[in-house]
Amino acid sequence: MRQQEHAEKALIQWVKNPDGLISVTSSGNWSNTRLTVVNKQLQQFCKENHNISINWDVSAVTHVDSAGIMLFINSYDLLKSKQCKITITGARDDHKKMYHLLRKYTIKDTATAPPISSHFLRPLNSIGQKTVAFALDISAFLAFVGENFINLLYSIQHPRSIRFAAIIKNTEEAGVRAIPIVALTSFLIGVVIAYQGAVQLEKFGANIFIVDMIGVSITRELAPLITAIVVAGRTGSSYTAQLGVMKLTEEIDAMRTMGFEPHRFLILPRIVALMISLPLLIFFADMIAIAAGMLISHLHLHLSYSEFIQRLQTAVDVKHVWIGIIKGPFFAWLIATVGCFRGLQVSMSTESIGRYTTISVVNAIFLVIACDALFSVILTELGI
Amino acid sequence: MNNPVIEVSNIVTCFGNNVVHDGISLSVHEGEIYGLLGGSGSGKSTLLKQMIMLLRPQSGEISVLQQQLSNIKSIDAAILRRRWGVLFQSGALYTSLTVAENIAIKLKEYTDLPSKLIQDIVRMKINMVGLPETAASLYPAELSGGMVKRAALARALIMDPELLFLDEPTSGLDPIGAEAFDNLIIELREILGLTVVMVTHDLDSICNIVDRFAVLGDKKVIAEGSLGEVKNTDHPIIRQFFGGVRGRIREQHGK
Repeated sequence: MRQQEHAEKALIQWVKNPDGLISVTSSGNWSNTRLTVVNKQLQQFCKENHNISINWDVSAVTHVDSAGIMLFINSYDLLKSKQCKITITGARDDHKKMYHLLRKYTIKDTATAPPISSHFLRPLNSIGQKTVAFALDISAFLAFVGENFINLLYSIQHPRSIRFAAIIKNTEEAGVRAIPIVALTSFLIGVVIAYQGAVQLEKFGANIFIVDMIGVSITRELAPLITAIVVAGRTGSSYTAQLGVMKLTEEIDAMRTMGFEPHRFLILPRIVALMISLPLLIFFADMIAIAAGMLISHLHLHLSYSEFIQRLQTAVDVKHVWIGIIKGPFFAWLIATVGCFRGLQVSMSTESIGRYTTISVVNAIFLVIACDALFSVILTELGI
Repeated sequence: MNNPVIEVSNIVTCFGNNVVHDGISLSVHEGEIYGLLGGSGSGKSTLLKQMIMLLRPQSGEISVLQQQLSNIKSIDAAILRRRWGVLFQSGALYTSLTVAENIAIKLKEYTDLPSKLIQDIVRMKINMVGLPETAASLYPAELSGGMVKRAALARALIMDPELLFLDEPTSGLDPIGAEAFDNLIIELREILGLTVVMVTHDLDSICNIVDRFAVLGDKKVIAEGSLGEVKNTDHPIIRQFFGGVRGRIREQHGK
């Protein structure tokens, strides 16, 4: 019974005969879980001996598996390469058979390119690889944007090919359905700004300036940025996942073979829908955040609602609101384009959907913030 | 050579109100290649899953390698799981690991062999199942269907199991690949003394490599035995199976 054999260990012993011949005896169970000691002994043995004759008796081996044979083959080859003469005695037929089978399939160590191992070179190598990957990524993105633009031109020339139904459906998904979460976040942002401002302004008795602070910061910067980040997390990721799954299930390939260009049928409607929704969401966020600020001013600074609104009209130029809203389409384009681009990069494995969704959200948020910074610089330079 | 390795007796399985098995009994002997046949929904894959302890039957007893599965202790179950290899229909390779890592994983977890030796064993197994050496560093997503099957077989064989379960090993392979796969399994059985249990639809596999098989249908085992014995059983399902166009063509070719 194999069960009982499992109880014993693999063993190896050797004695040096007076005539220089070494007799090696191996015994016991040479299967994968029992080889630890033997492996060390054999390594030791191979290191110590070269250019000698060895008589290896394997008759007492009760059971052997591929790991055992492999260990034997490795040691045998190593000793052979050191000019040892080896005779094997007492091998059982089934063990011999197995040896020949494994020998047939054993691969000789071939000289493969050694991996870069120097501690000095490895970081350089990885920097180089990352740089190339980054450059390829950028060029793929530019190609995607170019293809998208060509399809946009085609759609403008052939207005009947525009997928209005898809645009409306996506606007509902990305805009209308996002209202609750945008309302909640912008309300909280309004509360936070009002609280922080109120504490500071109260020290100077400049309570009324809370309105200027809330009005300008919310409409010009915070509402667009926060809304875009929420939308990037919500809609950008869902674009990547949707297109990624369609890519995996070969739906996109099927569409191409039927002549439905995915850019026109899937991607443009999503980009256009988000470019419509985001400015509207930003305007909505403006209102909610200012209302939250108004509420906190009333509770904390005892500023009445009518005072607040009156001050708001004089303190905040309409241009601030417009600047905030104008940013919307730009942010939306970035989020939707990156989301769709990453979605189409998904390939082969389900795991890559998760990976690209994460990349898409991280990219989109980064680009939105970078774009916002660019707006700030340009608009300030222009004196607006 | 004739002690039963797997004994299934009076298995009853239901999913809700749907009875899949109603009193199934069969036995697999040591060293044979045993086929499980049946139409879609006849419960062959379910039976296989019960044998490898993924599902439990409602009643009845399965014993694998002299262990009764219904009241097996968790430590015995752990030992039993190391003594068999399973090839899933879709390969079920871990997508986050390379082919070599997939194949090596059991050796890495269960033994303390040096990683160099594990690498050698893995490369040998890769070569044995007929994968190119370059496949070792690929991820499962980069493999073709046939290569996935081969990699999964190498993974199932890594611990030199006594028992090998194959769930439709040749489905999705081209005829040449399927034949090579069949031959590989025969060769491995010869040399490693494997006992193989396979679920299959493939008439070629049944004729060429399976020693004995059971046909499931009507919630029961309709017939069990070698090809000749089963063909002589008079049952509509068996007549359909071997009397269909594919079966008759095979007959004319004298096999």
